[in-house]
Amino acid sequence: MSIIGEKGVRRILLVTAFSALSALLLIALFIINEGVPFIFRYGLRDFLFSSEWKPAEGRFGIFPMLAASVWVTLGAMAVGAPLGIAGAVFLSEFAPKSVMRIIKPAIELLAAIPSVVYGFIGVMVLAPLIRSSLGGPGLSILAGSIILGIMILPTIMSISIDSLLAVPQSFREGSLALGATTWQGVYLVIVRAAKSGIIAGVILGMGRAIGETMAVIMVAGNAVKIPDSALDSARTLTANIALEMSYATGMHRQALFATGVVLFVVIIILNSLATVVIKGKVARR
Amino acid sequence: MRTMNILLFLCCAAILSSPPGCGRGTKSVTMAGSTAFQPFAEKLADQYMSKQSEVTITVQGGGSAVGIQSAISGAAQIGMADLVILPEEAQVLTTTVAARDGIAVVVNPANSVSALTTDQIRDIMNGKIKNWKEVGGADAPVTVVSREAGSGTRSSFEQIITDISLTEDALIQDSNGTIRETVANDANAIGYLSHGLLNEKIKALLVDGQACSNESITDGTYKLVRPIFLLVKGTPEKEVQDFIDYILSDEGQQTITANGLLSAK
Repeated sequence: MSIIGEKGVRRILLVTAFSALSALLLIALFIINEGVPFIFRYGLRDFLFSSEWKPAEGRFGIFPMLAASVWVTLGAMAVGAPLGIAGAVFLSEFAPKSVMRIIKPAIELLAAIPSVVYGFIGVMVLAPLIRSSLGGPGLSILAGSIILGIMILPTIMSISIDSLLAVPQSFREGSLALGATTWQGVYLVIVRAAKSGIIAGVILGMGRAIGETMAVIMVAGNAVKIPDSALDSARTLTANIALEMSYATGMHRQALFATGVVLFVVIIILNSLATVVIKGKVARR
Repeated sequence: MRTMNILLFLCCAAILSSPPGCGRGTKSVTMAGSTAFQPFAEKLADQYMSKQSEVTITVQGGGSAVGIQSAISGAAQIGMADLVILPEEAQVLTTTVAARDGIAVVVNPANSVSALTTDQIRDIMNGKIKNWKEVGGADAPVTVVSREAGSGTRSSFEQIITDISLTEDALIQDSNGTIRETVANDANAIGYLSHGLLNEKIKALLVDGQACSNESITDGTYKLVRPIFLLVKGTPEKEVQDFIDYILSDEGQQTITANGLLSAK
């Protein structure tokens, strides 16, 4: 039938499967090779916890960026997680099937919008709004958090919906039979049963928020300082790499790779956390 | 069906494997560097190639630092750099001034301030002046907008103004265009950008009493002017020299001035 044959196909698929793995391995090796020697030379403590980033004077402290990444990500969680989870609960438990059929694809479409478009809306609409109503420069942690919160909605929502739908129908029937209202059933039974899936969705969303670059560069203002309030401008780790990479040479370039190493480690930790949480759920069943 | 697929595959392979622009030229010249001059270089290259069909000119961006590096390493025959003072490693290169560019200090049109001295600009950039009323404007906080470290516009600006250690509150934007948008959207912002990108959405300030205009840049009274250098290592090959001559010719310089930069002479 086929020109290539059964074995040939298997081999080709094997190679394709490993190409993803080798790409990951190569990227990891490259970043570590470029960045880790710098961290050792400069000193991990100075690199992570000094707040002076002045590449021209040879000072490379990424603490302001670290703080900014944490704040922006937490802000994005504060915006995205409640909206995402509440939306998922509504769609899976309360909404009629026809509504679900319209809203779910619409939310997944949100993931297909390029981040530069989100950034553009942030610069044109959100930042002026924040500046005129709350003060400050407008391009701020708050603006970044709101934009990122919307960007991670699809991740949180679709994983949450899947795990809510995976809760057996008998749980719902059981809680109704015991005299609970729909909301009591959702709150006391369904959401708890789907908890690990929802948490995994939130963690994956968090990983996306930390790694997002373009939209954050556009809306967060990129000032290198430890932010005092949500209205301050700040520069995240990703923005720092993307802004300066095209010009950087020597130590400066290595420092940016080292920033990449820090980011890589943070995201690996978050993703493994998500995997552990999902696995935990499977084991308990 | 399968034959169709194979045919499709072969077509794709054929398209992908044919070298871009094949058959167009035998000699090729690569330019790289300054993003401020890149659009001009592209336009000049197009004009030149339509006349000299045996030469292919490729223009790449990357920034002034990349221009200097690639001219030294030979990755590009011509490097482009828009710095006032070239770094030491560029001393091995032959420099030609291709054009000049003014740096305008800009504020929002709603701002009542319309002139600043060099000292005032320095104090604003360094965060010493934090309110517009200190320089005769409204009682509103100043939002400083600057470029990222390593930008040619930023280093030229800082070298001319001198003694700048940028306030840590400064917003950082990564291109002339985003600086313009930020200043156009924020009534309290001050920034600086290439004179060719001025438009009605922002207001250029008088610097030490001089407007940022073609005349004042040409006659040397406006202070914030930077040259745009073409960098060549050693003796250039004939086609490289010919192209540089074309950029410096009346026709080339006309293209440059028609699109917002100032001629080299």
